[in-house]
Amino acid sequence: MYTRVLVLRFPPDITDKPLVCRLARDFDLDFNILKAEILPEEEGLMVLELSGHKKNVSEGLKYLKAQGVKIKSVAQQIRRNEDVCIHCGACTGICPTNALTIDPETAYVNFEPSKCKGCEFCLIVCPVRAMEIKFAKEKV
Amino acid sequence: MEGKRYNVQKTIAEINQKIKEGRAVIVTAEEMVDIVRDKGEIEAAKEVDVVTTGTFSPMCSSGAFINFGHSVPGIKASKVWLNGVPAYAGLAAVDIYIGCTEPREDDPLNKVYPGEFLYGGGHVIQDLVAGKPVLLKAEAYGTHCYPKKKFEKKVTLKDLPFAQLCNPRNAYQNYNCAVNVTTKTIYTYMGTLRPRMGNANYCTSGQLSPLFNDPYYKTIGIGTRIFLGGGVGYIISEGTQHNPDVPRTEKGIPKRPSGTIMVTGNLKAMTPRYLAGVSILGYGCSLAVGIGVPIPVLNEEIAMSTGVSDEDIVTQVIDYGLDYHMGKARPIAEVTYKELKSGQIKVDGKIVPTAPLSSYARAREIAATLKKWIQQGDFTLTEPQSTIPSSGTPFNN
Repeated sequence: MYTRVLVLRFPPDITDKPLVCRLARDFDLDFNILKAEILPEEEGLMVLELSGHKKNVSEGLKYLKAQGVKIKSVAQQIRRNEDVCIHCGACTGICPTNALTIDPETAYVNFEPSKCKGCEFCLIVCPVRAMEIKFAKEKV
Repeated sequence: MEGKRYNVQKTIAEINQKIKEGRAVIVTAEEMVDIVRDKGEIEAAKEVDVVTTGTFSPMCSSGAFINFGHSVPGIKASKVWLNGVPAYAGLAAVDIYIGCTEPREDDPLNKVYPGEFLYGGGHVIQDLVAGKPVLLKAEAYGTHCYPKKKFEKKVTLKDLPFAQLCNPRNAYQNYNCAVNVTTKTIYTYMGTLRPRMGNANYCTSGQLSPLFNDPYYKTIGIGTRIFLGGGVGYIISEGTQHNPDVPRTEKGIPKRPSGTIMVTGNLKAMTPRYLAGVSILGYGCSLAVGIGVPIPVLNEEIAMSTGVSDEDIVTQVIDYGLDYHMGKARPIAEVTYKELKSGQIKVDGKIVPTAPLSSYARAREIAATLKKWIQQGDFTLTEPQSTIPSSGTPFNN
C-alpha cells in the first residue's frame, strides 16, 4: 500500500465538477479528506490522503492534473521557523501523527515533516506561532 | 533555622568569597539530583556551593514600567498605546505600565471563536527588547503645565529614558495539570484541551524550577538577585496569590499551585530569547519569561531540597471542562513530573498523552547560563533582606 498526503488546488472554473470521487471509482484508490475548503467561483483547497497501488496513485494524480488541479505534497507545505520556536512542546500534545515530539534527551521539540499530514492543529496551538504553512499564506 | 545544628554550615558571604576567588562549585539543579543521590546530602553540601535553577514559561502577571520622556510642549498622557496595545497611563505625566496580557485594541478577541490573539503587551515587550521600533501614541486632556493633547512617535528601547520589567507574579511553585472531561474541545490558558481527556497539559520545569528547589523559601527572599529575561533582576516580594499553605509531600514539596515571586529588572539588559510574546488560542496574549534563581547551599537541609527530582514532585490533574471555572478544582488524580515528562499519564485507567507549555530546553539553558555567570565571577549572591511568607514546620521535624 502506497500513501501520500497531498495539497490539491482547484481553479475556480472546476470547483463544480465531481473529481475526487473518480479516484475511487476509476483508479481503485482510497482517499481521506483531511481538510477541504471549496466554494463556487473561488479557488478550492483540499488536503487529501491518498492510498492504493503506487501505479494507480500516479495515474489518479495524472487524471487530476489533466482536469486542471494543481498538486503539491503536504510535507513541503508545513515548516517550522527555527528562529521563533521556543521548544516548549505545546504542539506535541495536539499533533495526531507524532510528527512533533519531544526528544527525551535534549528536551528539544523535533519536527519530522515526513510524518506530517497537514492537519494544521500545530499552527494555532503554537504559542509563538513558529509553525508556518505555505498555502495558507498564499491564500490571504 | 535557629536552634538547629547542621553538619555543614556556610554563609552567603563565604560563598561569595569563594566565587570571587574562583573556587566556588556551582552546579545546575539537574546535576544536583545525582550528586545528592550518589553522595548523600551532607557530602553534597560540603562539595557544592551554589545550585542554579531555571524556568521558561508563559507567566501572565508580567509587564513593564516605561517612562517615554517629555516632549516640548509637554503632555500629561492619559491614554497611551504601544503598537496599538493600550498601556496603563494613570501614573505621572509620561510614565506607563504595559501589561503582557493586554491585546491590541482592534483585536477581534473571541468574536470568531477561538480567537488567535496574535499581538499584545507581551509582544510589545519582546519587540522592544529585540530593538524593534514601536509606535507610541498618547492622548491627553491638556493642562496649563502640559498643554499638548496628542503625541505620536516611534520609540526604541534604547531611546526610552527608563524601562523596567516588573512582574507581580512569576515562577509559580507547582501548577495544575489540565485535562478536559467534556465532549467538546476547550481553549484555556493551559492550552487547547481535547474532549474526553484527549490530552493533558502541564506547565512547570519540575526539578529545575526555582521554588521547587527551596520549597520553604529559606534562601529565596526579598532582594535575591536572579537571572531575569536574559539580564539581571531581583525578587522584590512574594508574588500575588502566593499561598504557601497547601498540602505538601513528605519532602515538603507543595502538591498544588503555591508560592510565587514578584520580580523586577532593567528591561534594557534583557534579550528576546528569554522574553517571548505568546498567543494562547481562545484565551489571550501573554509573555513567556525566563527566570533563574541561584540557591546557596548553606547546609545539608538545603542540599537535600536542591536534590529534588521529577519523581519527587507531584501535581494534581484538574478538569478544566466542568470543574475549574466553577471554582471546584478537585484533583482527579495525582501524578509526578517524571510521569508527565514520559509523554503519557494514566487517569482513571485511561492513557492520556501529555504536553508541556513550559520549555524545559530553555529552562536548562537558563540554569547553565546562570552557572556560567557565577563561575566567571560576574554574578554574586545576595543576602535576602527579608524572607517571604512560608508555611508549617519544614520537613515536619
